[in-house]
Amino acid sequence: MVNAIVSQAAGGEAMRLAGDAPLIDVHAHFHTPHTGRSEWDAYNRSRLAAGERMGVNAHIASILGSWGFTSPTYFPSPDDLTIANRWMRAFAHADARTHGYTRVFSYVAVNPNFAQHARDEIRAGLADGAVGIKLAASRKADDALLDDIADAAAEADVPILHHVWQDRRREWPNQDASDGVELGRLAARHPRTRILLAHVGGGGDYAHTLHAIRDLPSISVDLSGSGIDRGMMDITIEALGDQRVLWAADLTLCTGLTKAWALDAIGLDDEALRNIRWRNAVRFYPRARMTHGGEVLVA
Amino acid sequence: MNASPLFARVDVSAWIGPYPFREVPHPDPDVLVRVLARERVERAWVGWLPSAWQRDPTSGNARLLKALEPHRDVLDPAPAVRPDWPGWEWELDRMVAAGATSIRAYPAQWGLGAGHAALTALASACAARQVALHLTVRFEDLRQRHTHDVAGDVAAATVRSLARAGTGCTLIVSGAGREMIEEVCWGLTPDERSRVWCDFGWVWGPPEEQFAQLVRTLGPSRFVLGTQWPLRLVQQSRALISLLPAEASVPLPLPSPRSDR
Repeated sequence: MVNAIVSQAAGGEAMRLAGDAPLIDVHAHFHTPHTGRSEWDAYNRSRLAAGERMGVNAHIASILGSWGFTSPTYFPSPDDLTIANRWMRAFAHADARTHGYTRVFSYVAVNPNFAQHARDEIRAGLADGAVGIKLAASRKADDALLDDIADAAAEADVPILHHVWQDRRREWPNQDASDGVELGRLAARHPRTRILLAHVGGGGDYAHTLHAIRDLPSISVDLSGSGIDRGMMDITIEALGDQRVLWAADLTLCTGLTKAWALDAIGLDDEALRNIRWRNAVRFYPRARMTHGGEVLVA
Repeated sequence: MNASPLFARVDVSAWIGPYPFREVPHPDPDVLVRVLARERVERAWVGWLPSAWQRDPTSGNARLLKALEPHRDVLDPAPAVRPDWPGWEWELDRMVAAGATSIRAYPAQWGLGAGHAALTALASACAARQVALHLTVRFEDLRQRHTHDVAGDVAAATVRSLARAGTGCTLIVSGAGREMIEEVCWGLTPDERSRVWCDFGWVWGPPEEQFAQLVRTLGPSRFVLGTQWPLRLVQQSRALISLLPAEASVPLPLPSPRSDR
């Protein structure tokens, strides 16, 4: 017997690995020919193919400039961001034309150190179909340079996905990483802005994060990241409630699938499962017209 | 065990008992038995989790044996033996007599570096008694470790030196990532490599496709299931195999390292 689980799934009309209920990945990435990665296209195809097998209905994605090729991943230059954002949207549009429906949605990634460029990118991106703003680690989350971006997000009714290092106890190389406390300060100044705290499983102490944001209802979290600690999802849902937790994969769809399976095993009711797998995402991204089996998803 | 196809003959890397650096939900043997049945895994080789941080693992071994007693049809003891302490052969014999299938060593926590004579002696003794030697590369992601958890990871050089020592010992490497697995496997002769088994739960699947690359380049034959329960979600290895591209398949059920003895 070879890859038995796949064979079972592939027997007859495909049963998706993560189940047939809708599933939305709110934290995805793609690569471009400008990232210095020779197999960039294989990477993108792998993400989409694995997503199909799992049953991911929508990938909400960003490209962090040149991924370090011509400017640092977490300090991308304006030119690299413009190229990446345009490429991301063109990729999403082309994929929609090919498939007849939209399964890839775009964030606008910006570097707050270049305020005018960030504003221009957000304006252009949202006009061209982007559904959210991506902030990584070019500036700490509580920096005043983020205020205009948070205002723009609220005004446009789009969320900010913010890269976070869970309990950043020191400075880490190559990024101005923020933790939950710092992101919380931004949320406190901008309560109308929906903020998605990235990858509770993406490194650091997620328990610290939960204490930091518990009382900040405008912050939700995504479950992505390579971390698959037992108990992580349980305490996250317990601390924040199932309406502030969104399933996602980030760089590792394998851990995303693991978490989708584990969600089924930790005793959630159907309503909570639906919220985490897709309904919260539909609410969070009102500009994204996401579908499942040809039907538009409505929260 | 339910009627679905078996996923693995054995989980070579499970523990029971509490973890010193965070709360772990119900790390108890009866829970592990239920998880194995759900995941279609025949049995598990089980260590006592606190032993890695205790100076003397002997008491932990006693607690392990007692806790596993009602579940020995499914759970085999994988006790720890510290070879830099006096009288370790006595403890090894006692554990083998009690039914140990593998012996755990924690070189990083015990300060035993690559090529340490005590580790080689333990490997020789394990080979003579036909039990595997189990090394845990890491317990948690580096970025989340407690400030007191400073031991670091087991180095690939430690594994290579043990495999090269010519003891004939079966080595199980748990918690290695792609780079370490490659560094170990391509740093050994085919004969040396034939005695090394790796679990793969820390290797990345799509879109990076690291696991697919390992299966293509190294072949699937050296991989075993090691879940690191109760620390990590047990579904990860199944997810990795399920997401393999068609040309990089892994035969199921995943084997037991004992089958090559």
